[in-house]
Parts: sequence; structure tokens; C-alpha cells
Amino acid sequence: MALLEVRDLHTSFFTDAGEVKAVNGVSFNLDRNKVLGIVGESGSGKSVTAYSIMQILASTGKIVSGSIKLDGQELVGAGEKVMKTVRGNKVSIIFQDPMTSLNPTYTIGHQLMEAIVLHTDRDKKQAYDRAVEMLRLVNINEPEKRMKQYPFEFSGGMRQRIMIAMALACEPDILIADEPTTALDVTIQAQILELMKSLQKELGMAIIMITHDLGVVAQLCDEVIVMYAGSICEQGTADEIFYNPCHEYTKGLMRSIPTADTAGTKLQPISGTPIDLLNMPAGCPFAPRCDAAMKICLSQRCQRMEINDDHAAACWMNVKKGVEDGTIIAEEVTSNA
Amino acid sequence: MPENKNVPLLEVKDLKQHFNINVGAFKTKPLKAVDGVSFSINQGETLGLVGESGCGKTTVGRTLLHLYKPTAGEIWYKGKKIETKQDILEFRKKATMVFQDPYSSLNPRMTVADIIGEPLDVHKLCANKAERQERILELMNHVGLNSEHAARYAHEFSGGQRQRIGIARALAVNPDFIVCDEPVSALDVSIQAQVINMFDDLQDKLGLTYLFIAHDLLVVRHISDRIAVMYLGKMVELADAKTIYESPLHPYSKSLLSAVPVPDPKIARANQRIMLEGDIPSPLNAPSGCPFRTRCPYATEQCAAEMPAFNEVAPGHFVACHRVNEVN
Repeated sequence: MALLEVRDLHTSFFTDAGEVKAVNGVSFNLDRNKVLGIVGESGSGKSVTAYSIMQILASTGKIVSGSIKLDGQELVGAGEKVMKTVRGNKVSIIFQDPMTSLNPTYTIGHQLMEAIVLHTDRDKKQAYDRAVEMLRLVNINEPEKRMKQYPFEFSGGMRQRIMIAMALACEPDILIADEPTTALDVTIQAQILELMKSLQKELGMAIIMITHDLGVVAQLCDEVIVMYAGSICEQGTADEIFYNPCHEYTKGLMRSIPTADTAGTKLQPISGTPIDLLNMPAGCPFAPRCDAAMKICLSQRCQRMEINDDHAAACWMNVKKGVEDGTIIAEEVTSNA
Repeated sequence: MPENKNVPLLEVKDLKQHFNINVGAFKTKPLKAVDGVSFSINQGETLGLVGESGCGKTTVGRTLLHLYKPTAGEIWYKGKKIETKQDILEFRKKATMVFQDPYSSLNPRMTVADIIGEPLDVHKLCANKAERQERILELMNHVGLNSEHAARYAHEFSGGQRQRIGIARALAVNPDFIVCDEPVSALDVSIQAQVINMFDDLQDKLGLTYLFIAHDLLVVRHISDRIAVMYLGKMVELADAKTIYESPLHPYSKSLLSAVPVPDPKIARANQRIMLEGDIPSPLNAPSGCPFRTRCPYATEQCAAEMPAFNEVAPGHFVACHRVNEVN
């Protein structure tokens, strides 16, 4: 059994302008000891998927349907009492901006100890020792002295380390990292990614890494989910996604990144602008921007198809290719659709 | 314009920009945001300026345009030194800026036409309303906006389109030189590529020269002819883009480049990173001598004693490091 099983998750925000389907039928599994990357542009629903797992959505947001099972325990509809035992203890989250995630009016030590006392049955003395131990684990020098300092006395990279220390203090099974290095410089980003990688191996936890940066995914992730407009386009192992992309959106993303070979040439951008979630088209959400779009793409959404054991995608181009190769029989597709 | 790429359009000599920061009730201390930077930019060229936050790259761009009054140093434009108020006014007709944040750099109370038209009004470049309107539509066409967008307000546009409005405004005075301050870092990957291509096209079409400031090293490598690396207000290395990426000489450039996450899992697994210890020191308490010495694995006593000179070690390749020969 997978550690985390998400099935057909639908999360919507009910705004004055109408229902925004931020997450629209997302399913995936996460195993122990694995790093799962969720990639997508702003508004693709990658953060909302994570917030749905933690159930920390804004007041207008609601899980409409679907199932989230953690170690076999259903979380959707489980209630706040259960969620309080999940958050921090079993699933922890670190956010993009380490500047605003810490309370500026309390010392680092106070904030770390608060988290530990709340979630475990350690007393204050034990919590202090644990906090110092965690600071040492994330490579902060002189942790005893640092415990007495306030967030403004730390640099951005150190604040993100403290957030990681806080998230890991209660030994969660899953760490959700929501764009943890986006606000940091590259050299500091490299330090933080290296730290996450080594802690993951040492503590044996699973990580969900949410990012828009394919470079970060390539460094860290075993498996990758590519999202667009609230749905999963493609999922598979990192190697499959990078070397054998099977969805037109993923292919477009890969082409639009500048690399060593593109210097002096033109990039191949994805045309158009991201979709308006209030006016979703009937067919594939990416079809209006897709160069390869066919008639069927505009009217019908493609179901998820297995490419091989490690790889699945939802793109009609694979069906077209399959029919041309003779691996898929055309009548079957039309009858299923 | 490749034929006259070797004529410097802009020359910067020992530019310094110090800000006075209050450190007590009656005490101030100079923050040396830019501390003695020299370089030149040729006609039609793109010079990339990279470095981490707080290294002074944005300040260089802003000081160039005299948005800040330089503390010391000289800026020469087409062989003429910029000194008087009149010079600055003239220079600003030829040099403009595209800002990082397309959300805060456009006035929410002005229509797109007024935003783009404002530089035309300031410099009195249009004789009458019809001419102004025609010029605005031409500019919008340059950046891929439709004429029906002219009467709309900035909030009605997506990030990529807003950045196009910002670029149209920068083009309004028909400049030779544009300072692009992180123009694509707020944009999504797919939109980023559209805007980068547009910068490329405009350069070909209008013969523009760019100072391209960014922290995304993949983007900078793609767009730049030459690249300068800055650290704590000093320029540490300057060379053509290919050289910087393939054989950087300064220890800081090396570690900066090795820290870039490459979007390729096999390379990422094989890549040996040069990890830097610690964080950038505060520019208020910059280390003596070479600013990088506190994080440099090769630092010696000499590095603490004196700032290394910015020497040309190979044609067009400048490095500021005492131990450049031993390190490489």
C-alpha cells in the first residue's frame, strides 16, 4: 500500500465570479522514501493539491469530491480533530517565502519549541534539546546561541533551514515543500536542495516537491507530475518525463527552456496565455495553445493512458500515434470516447 | 549591427554608488552597493549582468541611467561624458529601462495608451495628437499587442502582456540602449520564452543594445553576447558568454555556475557541485580586500590585505583574483 493515495481529487474555490475548479480530478500515489515533483505554471493547481492534502485551503476553497488516504486512513471529511493529528505529525509543509512564514515577534527557539510541544508529548526541557538538535541537523552553527535570536537576525537561506528544521522536528512521514527555493539565490538554493536530499535519505521520509523549475525537479525528484489547469497532463519517473515526454504541454515546456544549445538561436515558446479557470473549454485545457491540436482535442478531454509501467499521459496525440502504429484499434477508442 | 560591434556605445569608468544608511540616531554608514565597476558595452551587443541578490547589479543599471546620482565615476555615451543636467536629459532619450515587476511598474490608473505615451509627452516627441496616437499603435504592434488594448488598464492583462506594455513604453523614445532589469523573472516558463524571443527580435529590428540584468543564468546565457559576474558591489569576471560558461576562472563564477540546476536528470546526477559555505556578507560590513575571500576555498592572507585588480588574462576575458593562475 502506498503511503499516500490521492484519488480523483476535485477542489474548487467559490468566488463571486463563479466556481474556480483549481484541482480537477487529480490522482496519484506516493511511496515511502520517494521524492515526487509536481510541476506546473502559476494557476495550474499544484499548490492547491498540496493544501488539499493538509486541508489548509482559504475559506472560499473546498474539497468537492475525491479521496485522500494517508496510510489507509481517509482524510477527506475526517474533520478538524483528525487533521490536527495529521498536520505536523505525519505531514509537514514548508512554504515559498521564509521571510513571512516565521513570526517576527518571537525567537526562533520559541517557535521551534512551540511546534514540538504541540505535536509531541515532550516537556519544555526535552523540546529545547530537540530544537537544538534540529538546528544542528540543518547545519546552523552555534544552535544554542541562535535559539535566542529573532527571525530578522537570519539570512533568507538560514530562515528556510529553520523552516525545514521546524517541519522535520516531529518526524513526519511526508514533507510537502511548496516552492522552497524560489525566493533564494542559486548558491543558497543549491545548499537547501542538497540539505533536503541528504535529510530525506537520513530520515527516510517522502517529499512532495512543488515547483515551476524543471531544473529543481531534475536535481531532486524520482517521480514527476506535470499539471496544467488543474489536471494532470503527464506523470512518470523523472527519466521518462525528461527523455520521453508524451504530452504536448510537457514537450512545449522542455522546448521553451534556454539551454547550452539554444544560445544564438530562437527559443520555441508555447503560444498564447495561460487558461482562464473560470472559462474552461470542453476539450483538453491545453488545446487552445497546442500547436498539434486536432479536432477531437477541442471537444473531448483525453483520458489518462499508460505509455509504459513508469509513465502515463493524457494526450490524444498518443492515441493518434498508437492508431498509426497499429497498437491501438481505432474502433475501440471511438466506442470508449 | 554586427559591423560596428567593436565601437563602445557606453563606457563606464570606476563607477561607485554608496548609500548612507542610518545605523544609530545620528550616525550613518556608507553602504557600498557598487564599488568601482568599469566596463563598456558595444553597439548592438547584449551584456548580461549576473550575481546574487544584494550584489549591486540592479544598482549598476539604475545608476547608469542616473536614476541615482553616482557617488563617483564616469559614464561616457558615444564618446561623450555625461555630466550636466542637459546631458542627462538627452541621454535618457537614448537609454531607457524595463523593470522587473510588471505588476508594480505600471500605473494602475492609466490606460495602456497613456502609459506608452507618457515618455512621448515628457520628451515632447510628437507634434500633435494624431501623430502621438499613430506612434503608440506602432509601438504596441512592435511588442505584439492589438490596437483594441490601447484603452484598457494594466490590471486587465496577464503578466506576460504587462511586460510587453513595459517594453513598449521603454521603446517609445526610440532608444539605442535599454537596461533590462530582470525582465522575465516574474513570468512563467512558457511566457518567459515568448518575451525572450521578443527581446531578440526587437534587437535585430531596431538595432538595440541591452544591459540584461538577471539571476537566472540559463536565460542570461541564452540572450547575452558577453557576461559580467558581480559579487558584493565588485565585478569579479567579464568575458564572452561561451567562455564564462565553459571555462570560468574566478572561484565565485565557478561555484555560481555549478549551482545552476540543469533541467536534465542524468547531468544533474553526475554534476559535482562546488558548494559555497555560508551566506553573502552584509554589504555594510564587507570584508577587507577581496569581497569573496570569506567564502572562497582558496583565500590567502594576500586576499584579505588587498583587492585584486580587474586584469585582462586573455583577450576580452577579465578576472579579479589574486590566485587566478594557481586556482586554474
